[in-house]
Amino acid sequence: MNLISSWHCFKGILVREFLRFVQQRSRFLSALVRPLLWLVVFAAGFRAALGISIIQPYDTYITYETYIAPGLCCMILLFNGMQSSLSMVYDREMGSMRVLLMSPLPRPYLLLCKMTATALISLTQVYAFLAIALLVEVEPPLLGYLYVLPALLLVALLLSSLGLFLSTRIRQLENFAGVMNFVIFPMFFLSSALYPLWKMQEASEWLYWICMINPFTHAVELVRYALYLKLNSDALIITAGTTLLFTLLAVTGFRPQKNSR
Amino acid sequence: MSISVDSISFRYGPRQALQDISFTLNRGGFHGLLGPNGAGKSTLFSLITRLNALQQGDIRIDDASIRRQPASLMRRIGVVFQQSTLDLDLTVAQNLLYHASLHGISSRDARQRIDTELQRMEMSDRAHDKVRALNGGHRRRVEIARALLHRPEILLLDEPTVGLDPQTRRSLNHHVRKLCEEENLTVLWATHLMEEINEDDSIILLHKGCLLVDDRAATLLSLSGQNTISDAFHHLTTLPQQESV
Repeated sequence: MNLISSWHCFKGILVREFLRFVQQRSRFLSALVRPLLWLVVFAAGFRAALGISIIQPYDTYITYETYIAPGLCCMILLFNGMQSSLSMVYDREMGSMRVLLMSPLPRPYLLLCKMTATALISLTQVYAFLAIALLVEVEPPLLGYLYVLPALLLVALLLSSLGLFLSTRIRQLENFAGVMNFVIFPMFFLSSALYPLWKMQEASEWLYWICMINPFTHAVELVRYALYLKLNSDALIITAGTTLLFTLLAVTGFRPQKNSR
Repeated sequence: MSISVDSISFRYGPRQALQDISFTLNRGGFHGLLGPNGAGKSTLFSLITRLNALQQGDIRIDDASIRRQPASLMRRIGVVFQQSTLDLDLTVAQNLLYHASLHGISSRDARQRIDTELQRMEMSDRAHDKVRALNGGHRRRVEIARALLHRPEILLLDEPTVGLDPQTRRSLNHHVRKLCEEENLTVLWATHLMEEINEDDSIILLHKGCLLVDDRAATLLSLSGQNTISDAFHHLTTLPQQESV
């Protein structure tokens, strides 16, 4: 495998994902509706019930909308990551996956390219969401939009590698309803996306510890800190470590045909 | 250059899909892979294309083994699958560019190759049409053009005429035979439609996962005592058990 061929391959996969993204504008819009509903409707009703004290990385009191915005960015990545990884598994006996696997380049590299391309496309949805969030006064520092980029990319990779790992290993998860109930909702609700963990600790110590071992919590915190120009090194180490782990497990466990498992 | 399949057996769980299959395809020439539905043709394709991992035996192109040098093999084969694998929402050229990039070909080089292959398939005027707008025969031509973009030595086609009308089937078959002659390409054409096979073609006949015949199609006639390839195929594949020839 030489570098130039590998680059052409990655570029080709990225261009294809981009072309598909452009053609599926309705999917793009519907993916934005979900977090916007949370931001506009849920946050409006919930902010009265949940007072937020001054917590890191914020320097002052913040609105509830500001608090949940990083979690909702990660929610977009969570849905996209799971959806695209599942479609990779559905596709393995169909069109696009077969074409991909006809490449002479190593399969782990091809899967990595596909996950990276999907992650990069997902970022455009996150930035579109952050742009709309300005309307409800979620206004991180301007440089924060730049600082958060590598954090978002890492989180997108974490979630698509986790999705690929789960869907190649767990047969029962081969439909999106199963993934929603057993992966997306627990990961999202048992994290710091909607409420600070000290609130959770007040309610239940064991729920707090489940939140603490949930990699999604650390992904949300990484994004939250980066958006406000701060580095949460614990979150970075945990997110990078789990990304590496799930990527390794996903690419080594991937089988092109379902029935050969 | 020759491709050899050496003592391949494959199971899907308890079901034996292929049983000790061996044959060699020599360079150039049109080879028919025959067998009724469920004979094991698609399984054999999935093993040659690495969509399934080998359980037993080996596949070699010259000295390169699929187990040890998979990349070398993938560079040398082009594949047309039974089900269309084109992205319907992309244009013909976009589909072909994607395939070229997967083989590490630069977009500049790819564009030249795409022009050549589409011209050969008489599809140049459709390069910027979406695949969705093409009929079944034209989609197949695009898939053949795509399979040839990286200039393979072997072209594998898994029942490429399924779902096409008789006239389009004939024309596609004629096209591939022409390619075979002009480019000295080794073609393995899987089918259960006997009208796609000529008497002087080499054939590999599979039945219930076993190799029944590896010879010229004319041998089928003498072996079965029938007058047409179609009758011979029917005769051989409805007998309870056959020795391989």
